[in-house]
Parts: sequence; C-alpha cells; structure tokens
Amino acid sequence: MSATPAHDLLSAKVGQPWKKPPLIRRAWLRWILLIGGLVYFVLAMASMEVNWMRVWEGLDRGRQFVLAFTDPDFTSRATDIREGLIESAIMTVTSTVVGIALSIPVALGAARNIAPLPIYLFCRGIVALSRALNEIIVAILLVAIFGFGPMAGFLTLSFATIGFMAKLLAEDIEDLDRSQAEAVRATGARWSQWINYGVQPQVMPRLIGLSMYRLDINFRESAVLGLVGAGGIGATLNTAFDRYEFDTAAAILIIIIAVVMALEYLSGIIRARVQ
Amino acid sequence: MLRLEGLTKVYPTGDKALTDVTLEIPDGEVVALIGPSGAGKSTLIRCINRLVQPSSGRAILDGTDITALGSGGLRRMRRRMGMIFQEYALVERLTVMENVLSGRLGYVGFWRSYFRKYPQSDVDEAYRLLDRVGLLEMADKRADELSGGQRQRVGIARALIQNPALLLVDEPTASLDPKTSRQIMRLIRELCQERGLAAIINIHDVKLAQMFVQRVIGLTGGVVQFDGPPDALTGDVLTRIYGEEDWKETIRKVGDVDDDEDAA
Repeated sequence: MSATPAHDLLSAKVGQPWKKPPLIRRAWLRWILLIGGLVYFVLAMASMEVNWMRVWEGLDRGRQFVLAFTDPDFTSRATDIREGLIESAIMTVTSTVVGIALSIPVALGAARNIAPLPIYLFCRGIVALSRALNEIIVAILLVAIFGFGPMAGFLTLSFATIGFMAKLLAEDIEDLDRSQAEAVRATGARWSQWINYGVQPQVMPRLIGLSMYRLDINFRESAVLGLVGAGGIGATLNTAFDRYEFDTAAAILIIIIAVVMALEYLSGIIRARVQ
Repeated sequence: MLRLEGLTKVYPTGDKALTDVTLEIPDGEVVALIGPSGAGKSTLIRCINRLVQPSSGRAILDGTDITALGSGGLRRMRRRMGMIFQEYALVERLTVMENVLSGRLGYVGFWRSYFRKYPQSDVDEAYRLLDRVGLLEMADKRADELSGGQRQRVGIARALIQNPALLLVDEPTASLDPKTSRQIMRLIRELCQERGLAAIINIHDVKLAQMFVQRVIGLTGGVVQFDGPPDALTGDVLTRIYGEEDWKETIRKVGDVDDDEDAA
C-alpha cells in the first residue's frame, strides 16, 4: 500500500490538537479591532462630564418624582386625563387601521419575489423614508403644518406604521414557501387570486401579530408625541410636568403603563390563537 | 396530444437544463420521466406550463403553441394542465376544500374566489373528487392536519378539478413511504384511465415507474437518452441514463407479478 496524499494529510493531523477557527482569520486585524474598540470606549466614557453638584441638587427633585408614585393623584385633573386618554385612543386606533391598510400594498411592492424592480425600489424608498424619520421629527413638522392637536399625531403614527409594517411584512412575504405559491399559479389563477390564495394565507399570522404589536407601540408613541404638541395623553402629561404636578404625572404614567401591559397581554393571546 | 419541439432551457447562470427535447405524447398515455437529479426533469415539466420560461423550442398542446401565448392565453391554457407536486404544495393554512376549489381559480372571477362563492357545480365536483380519493370527511380540515399520503390525494383532487387534458406530475412519491407511494401511483394511473388523461410523471423509483406506466423517457443532462416501453429498461439502458452501477435490484425482473394490484 503506497501512501496516498489523503493519508499524508491524515498523518499530519493525527495527534495535533484541534481548535475552532477564529471568527476573524487575520490575526493583526483581529487585534487592531479589539484594542481599537477598547481604547475608543475608554476615551468616550472619559469625555462625558458630570457636574456632581448639579447631581446632588437633582437627586432631591428625582426623589420627589419617585415619591409621587406612592401617592398618585388621579382626581384633581381627572377631566384632563380622561380627555387625553380618549384622544390617545382615537389616535391609536385610527392611525393603526389606516397605517396597516396602507402598508399592505407597500409590503407587496417591497417584496422582491413579487414586485418588479421599479415598484420594488419605489416601495423600499417609502419604507426607508418612513423608518429614517423618527416619529418626533415627523410630529414636529406636522404640528407646524396642522397646528396643535391629535390630527398631527394621527398622521405621524400612520406614517410610522407604514414603514414598520411594510418592512416586516415584506420580509415575511419574501420568506414564503415558493411551492405553495407556485401550485396556485399553476392552476391558471390571475395575479389577484394568486395573492389571495398563494400568498395571503402564508403571511396572515404574521400580519395579525404585527398589527397587534403596532397597536400597542402606537399607544405608547401617542404619549410621547403629546410632548411636542401632537395631542393625546402626552399633552396632558406634558402640562403636568410643566406645572411640577408630579403626582398627576405619576397617575398618568401609571395609566399608560397599565394600558400598554393590557394591550401586550391581549396581543399575546391573539397571536397564540392565530398560529 | 402534447408535442414538444426542440425545447431548450438555458438558465441565466449559463446552465443548460434542457437541450433540444423533441417528443410526442398522445392522449391518454402515461409517461414516466426518469433521470439523475439535475437532469432537467423538473425543468421539463415546468417548461410545459411555463412556470419556467423555455429559452427556445415549442410546446404544443392540442394544436396550441403554449410558448407563444400571452399572459391571458397562458392562464387559460394552464387550466388544461393539472400539476401535482413533490411536497404536495397544498396551501397549508387553507382548508382541504379551499385547496381543492383553488383548482377552479382559472375559471372564476376574483371576487367569487375571494368570498369563496364558487358555482354549485364546482362545489359538487369538489365533493365528488374528495370522495373519489377517499377524503370526503376531511373537507373542512386544514391542510396541515393531514398526513403525507392524504395531502397528496388532495393535491391530485386539486389538479383534476381543473378538468385538465394533461397532468404534470413532479415526483409525487418522493416524500411518501413505499406503500403509500404505490397507492398514489395507482390512483394517478386509474384516474388517467378513467378520464383519458395524458400524464408526465417525474420519478426516481424506476421499479415503481415500471409498474404503473406505459412508456418511459430517460433524461440525462437535459438530453433524451431513452424513450421506450418499461420492459425495454435494461441494466445497460440505466447505465446510459444514470452512470455505472449494479442495476439488478432496481429494475423489475421479467415475469414479476404486480402482486399488490388487488391489495388496495
């Protein structure tokens, strides 16, 4: 038996320890990245200045704020809180419904396995724009156009919902089981029927799950948007802060937390059901 | 009758999947298409209903050149070609009935199909077909609740409700156990006989193919290497199609009886 090249390779390996190949194969690059990252982190931390006198004074204000949670005041601004909540609820529901309705065609267009390239690029553009612009920035712009109030909030959240839903739904559409869709196409179905029978059933659980998730995001966002004048419970919260009414602010925050948790729980149940 | 004339498919990557395939399949003939993986079997049947676009050549069904059709004409033509898939390809989250009725999509308008308001004749035919494949009581179950063999029966019912002239069958038994495989092949053959349907069946199991078809076509590297009756498949022929191997156990011996024929 003559030793084949394969056997030479084997005898060179036997007896040698085995190690998992490193993630970054070039040793110098690995060390530069590691050391460079550490140095930057240390310098960055050092660059942040802290005025310890200011912190000492602030601690007291922080304590008042936290203590307010032990004695939240739901009553003295009850009317404001109720109106804020109703406004937030309206904003949340309308923007979620409108946003989802608009996001479905955008999602179909943003899925590469369904849309031709020009439509794909256009819809991806919408998604990128919607996701690049933070809700606060959009809200500031829309408040400038439409004035204070829930209209600006509704439009902001609808716009944000389109980007969020369309991106995640398009990813799900791109992952769909091709053979199921192919089988529907092979029957002679037209495009709309193909979407309805071959695509929609496959993405429906994801669509419902994301919609529920977006509903509770939109409620949370509606609280933040009030801070820049876009109406809702956030506006009430902002007023309470401005007046240093920490007990009312605490009451509002508790309500927001409770609603978000209730929505979270509800969406969990619904998502488990649709699977 | 289906006629293929010089059908050729070159993928954008430059891979030649089919080269100048010319053959004729008369009405009512059931043909097995065998060949190694990557020989172009799937591509061939998908070029016929244009799920894959052929590069050149023609596919002619009952006098109509399928390769020349526009999108509307192609949709109407696809109704005449039922397709059965390897992994069943049922829409998993739809019910058995919806899956069967989806075979009528080419015949009904969008809103009718959207609201599942199919003509009574389609509904009746769906029930009859489900009864024929032994799944009538499963009609309102979701497709993903069924076993592999049951799913393939639904797939067959979906293809047949199209009232096709031709069945394109892509490895119908690849994910099934041996007994179920035989039952499915037998069902396909019987239904073809009952309705005078032509069928092209891609299949890996040579012995199984020999049991149930009238004609075998061997494809290697996108070229037809063999075309003849099942009994003409010898070890030499299989070596030409697949390459060197000991083929004794793979082909049916002369005189083998279909002892399973009555044990349905």
